[in-house]
Amino acid sequence: MSDLLQFLVSGVTVGAVYALVALGFTIIYNASDVVNFAQGEFVMLGGMISVAGVAAGLPLPLAALIAIALTAAIGVALNTFAIEPARGTPVVSLIIITIGASIFIRGVTQIVLDKGTHRLPSFSGDDPIRVLGATVLPQSLWVVAGAVAIFVALWLFFTRTLMGRAVLATSNNRLAAQLVGINTRFVMTFSFALSAAIGALAGVLITPILPTSFEIGITLALKGFAAAMLGGMGNPKGALAGGLLLGLMEALTAGYISSHYKDAVAFFVILAVLFAFPRGLYGSNPVERV
Amino acid sequence: MKRIVTGALALALLATAAPALADIKIGAVVSETGPASSLGDPEAKTIRMMVEELNAKGGIKGEKAKLVLYDDGGDPSKAKTFATRLVEDDGVVAMVGGTTTGTSLAILAVAEESKVPFISLAGAIEIIDPVKPFTFKTPHTDRMACQKIFDDMKARGLTKIGLISGTDGFGASMRAQCIAVAKTSGIEIVADETYGPKDADMTPQLTNIRNKPGIQAVLNTGFGQGPATITRNYAQLGITLPLYQSHGVASNAFIELSGAKNAEGVRLPGTALLVGELLDPKDPQKPVVLAYKASFEKAASAPVSTFGGYAHDAMRILTEALNKAPSAKPAAIRDAIEGTNGLVGTTGTYNYSKTDHLGLDLSAFRMLEISNGGWKLVK
Repeated sequence: MSDLLQFLVSGVTVGAVYALVALGFTIIYNASDVVNFAQGEFVMLGGMISVAGVAAGLPLPLAALIAIALTAAIGVALNTFAIEPARGTPVVSLIIITIGASIFIRGVTQIVLDKGTHRLPSFSGDDPIRVLGATVLPQSLWVVAGAVAIFVALWLFFTRTLMGRAVLATSNNRLAAQLVGINTRFVMTFSFALSAAIGALAGVLITPILPTSFEIGITLALKGFAAAMLGGMGNPKGALAGGLLLGLMEALTAGYISSHYKDAVAFFVILAVLFAFPRGLYGSNPVERV
Repeated sequence: MKRIVTGALALALLATAAPALADIKIGAVVSETGPASSLGDPEAKTIRMMVEELNAKGGIKGEKAKLVLYDDGGDPSKAKTFATRLVEDDGVVAMVGGTTTGTSLAILAVAEESKVPFISLAGAIEIIDPVKPFTFKTPHTDRMACQKIFDDMKARGLTKIGLISGTDGFGASMRAQCIAVAKTSGIEIVADETYGPKDADMTPQLTNIRNKPGIQAVLNTGFGQGPATITRNYAQLGITLPLYQSHGVASNAFIELSGAKNAEGVRLPGTALLVGELLDPKDPQKPVVLAYKASFEKAASAPVSTFGGYAHDAMRILTEALNKAPSAKPAAIRDAIEGTNGLVGTTGTYNYSKTDHLGLDLSAFRMLEISNGGWKLVK
């Protein structure tokens, strides 16, 4: 019984990490239909810049704020200098641009910061909390709480605010959105800034659990993308559910079947889900209104 | 008349050939950038530094050494291209490098084909077993690490162990070696788990290992951040069995990433380089290790790493062989390297022979224990 609980704790911890990355994917996808493969780099930047800030003697909250602000600025730069000029090209070209940008960010980080692996101190210590025979690290609770908080905020943003609806409208039909008075250029800039900021916040939250280095974004983007696909691309609810599900599958496979098949089983389930529900668990069917 | 022309031609040939011998060209291919850069970067810095030192001291038999160094970015096919270029265009007399096992295997294919001596800086035993005529290597093999760890376990009376391994090349290779070595050394592996090297949490695997009846110790094979996560999860789960790690984590960064409290008591085989100050004053490696540490840290303003030490040893072996060899012909250099005897490096004392291109024995590994956030030699 305590074993099962330990596996679940592990799955939720890892799943929350994936969900945080997947949530970042949803915003840019909602605004532009583009899957931003530099999302993992935003997470990496959040961690790496915070680490550099703490090493320079700043208190962690201030270092984290600087990291989030800087990453948001890099997100805006990505949109202004790489995505916006290529506007009108097929979505595939835009996705390739984001892959190029991710390689570029990785390279620059390697030179400007360093090639080492770093860890931030846990926010509330490293003493595990015991629950019915299983142990939870306090930092896991921070990550889970962060994922849930960002999810709620995004959900409210997309459903309750004018700006959120403007983002969705821009995604649905850029021209029509412009005709009803939405500043689509601003919407795009805003989406990239928000997505980068969320990525960076995720990076700050997970670095005490998952040490960061310039190349960590690749793995995170891959797992986060899988989680987003599983839940339904562009849906915050899907990102959260997909991330947690993926984490739980990995942990339960490692615990009950074999750790050798952990990744294989997870991807097998994703493929199975996509065969049954091609748009993911929470994906909506496209409705064209004329 | 014809004879005179031939003679003149021969003289001209000799004249043009002579300057080519004047500079002794040494080739290097390392992974200065890319995924193995944490290994290749100190290697490149060490090689450059040692060639400069060599020339400052008067070079080899009065000839200046010239270094041609390429960065393969961790890509074996690039490594192969650069090795070919070193041999065919640059005309090097010997090569060092091959940061990873993959790039080393690519370079050694070129070295063997063109018969140019090559000293590899990578771990896998395949590089020198079976012995290839022109390929040598300086680091210990993962098989030796398993032997060293199992010897220490047996000395503590631990025979039933759990194995957990990274799925990366290093972790998988060492896992296979440890399973093979366990059969003949009286160690029983009762659990065998794996993890992705970038995974955020390994508590399910460790929970399963903990639940195996009669288990006495745990061994993790892998390098990078994975072993640090294992160490933190181990403390999180409150497992009190002795934990062993591989030589792949023998650096201070590992203690930092794990947290000193979590890493307390972790044992691993490492080189003398890591614990230079702790060595016995009579230890022959002590002056070598301290000298390299001082000059590297001055030149690179970064702490020394085991990997730079491998490059240091390779350059020492090569320099000695070039000084001893009767000519700069590859075969003569190869024979001189094979004649290396009692050369004290940072990794161990090298005794190469025709049948041994590794030249190290188990005494080269030191069993280390992490204590109070630092290292302690296990007697």
